[in-house]
Amino acid sequence: MVDKKIVLRFPKRLVDRPIVSHLIKDHDLEFTILKASVTQDEEGLMVLELKGKQEEYEKGIAYLKEAGVILESLSQDVTRNEERCTHCGACITVCPVGAFELDMVTRQTSFHDKKCIGCGICIKTCPPRAMELHF
Amino acid sequence: MSKTIEEINQKIKRGEAVVFTAEEIIGVVKEKGLKRAAEEVDVVTTGTFGPMCSSGAYFNIGHSKPRIKLGGGRSYLNDVPAYTGLAAVDLFLGATAMPDDDPRNKVHPGEFNYGGGHVIEELVAGKDIRLEATAYGTDCYPRKKLETWINIKDLNEAVLFNVRNAYQNYNVAANLSNKTIYTYMGMLKPNLGNITYCSAGQLSPLLNDPFYKTIGIGTKIFLGGGTGYVAWQGTQFNPTTARAENGVPKGGAGTLAVIGDLKQMSPRWLVGTSMLGYGPTLTVGIGVPIPILSEEILQYTTVTDDQIIGTIVDYSDAYPNRRNESVGEVTYAQLKSGKVTVQGKKVPTASLSSYPRAAEIANTLKDWIKAGKFELTQPVASLPGVESGVTFKPLNERPIAQ
Ligand code: SF4
Ligand code: SF4
Repeated sequence: MVDKKIVLRFPKRLVDRPIVSHLIKDHDLEFTILKASVTQDEEGLMVLELKGKQEEYEKGIAYLKEAGVILESLSQDVTRNEERCTHCGACITVCPVGAFELDMVTRQTSFHDKKCIGCGICIKTCPPRAMELHF
Repeated sequence: MSKTIEEINQKIKRGEAVVFTAEEIIGVVKEKGLKRAAEEVDVVTTGTFGPMCSSGAYFNIGHSKPRIKLGGGRSYLNDVPAYTGLAAVDLFLGATAMPDDDPRNKVHPGEFNYGGGHVIEELVAGKDIRLEATAYGTDCYPRKKLETWINIKDLNEAVLFNVRNAYQNYNVAANLSNKTIYTYMGMLKPNLGNITYCSAGQLSPLLNDPFYKTIGIGTKIFLGGGTGYVAWQGTQFNPTTARAENGVPKGGAGTLAVIGDLKQMSPRWLVGTSMLGYGPTLTVGIGVPIPILSEEILQYTTVTDDQIIGTIVDYSDAYPNRRNESVGEVTYAQLKSGKVTVQGKKVPTASLSSYPRAAEIANTLKDWIKAGKFELTQPVASLPGVESGVTFKPLNERPIAQ
């Protein structure tokens, strides 16, 4: 089971399309709208809580992305692509909650995902872009 | 006691060479003493793995039918512009080039997720790369448009040619202003919120040979996972930088221009890199072997992080405005401890170059030499020394009169 809060941004051209109703009809997901608004630039913004099976959730997210909705994170998973991480340690002073730790002996940088609050700062500052965001 | 490179190569061929990394040699000399260690040890290997912007590669793509002259036209590799001011089908791709439609810093800080460095990484990984070119057409090269996939295995030459790598020491970066700044030294938090540095310290090639006694033009090196050579002194070469008593420069000094066959390199050691708010670049792995020809040369390789001083520079003001001001000096041992005290404040530190990967390079090079797979070369010419008077001059701006 997944229970996640996500932020959807609808570009102007998508605002009056029934995307969310399709999402719910075609995928076996429970949902709660936590917030919905149209911004000054006529962009739609919606915060949704989605509950359901992992597989259905992933299909739903894929549907939204395909439709052109921009997804933003609220309580998403941040993971590290171990293949890409060079253990430079650049993330250490960037993370606001100290989720990265330098081993003084091996000089390797470990990532404690339990501490991560999903702020996303490391995603854009990791030089080889080893930190990834998953919805 | 003195050895020659030829003698060392004989031992390498017999599989008898005694090799240590620049990290291991510290303990070896402590234990055996300088004299005995200098007799026994043949080579000390160094390594560094960090973002190096003055990197690039050139290619000869072969001639299309009918022929096209890319020179003087426009060529793009995966949308990244390549330099065409060469003959018909030679191209040069720089690590910091980026697609024409990259938004740059329009929304600051720009992300710079893809650039020349990433194309080089993908090419080395064996991926197909999209070449799109337009030309003006000539009698002998009539074609005006070319769109094709290219692959490194089909190119006539693919050569990594970096005009400035492996800086001998570097600035340590801080931000004294009250807003976050995004630099090539990473994200720097306001009011001395963090400090970044970018050197392998005691493992770094030129810090282990501070007066360029063994590293010279023609030195064979580990480059990007394959082998390469020192082609020349790197740009901005500055042997006259202030040095500590042990001869180690306290800031950027020597640099290396390096060259090598891209076809035998690996994407593990050439990594496309993005500096938020600054630009794309390439992280390059370099390792240089130092032949232990004398006690003096060995002595230099025993340098430790607590003997290497870095100068802290304010990247919010002094650096962009080219003012030679220092916020203070720290040793790499202090930087590596995770916190340094600057202006009475404890400031957390972060590295941009990877020490574990630098150590892996030094160890790989050591294994190659021990296995007889890598012999040393005698430089064909020296790098300019302290006595050369070579300096790194600022631009003398001469406004063009209207
Ligand atoms: S900044 Fe990126 S590559 Fe460097 S240690 Fe952190 S996650 Fe790894
Ligand atoms: S997303 Fe934010 S909190 Fe999580 S590891 Fe990255 S910087 Fe730290």
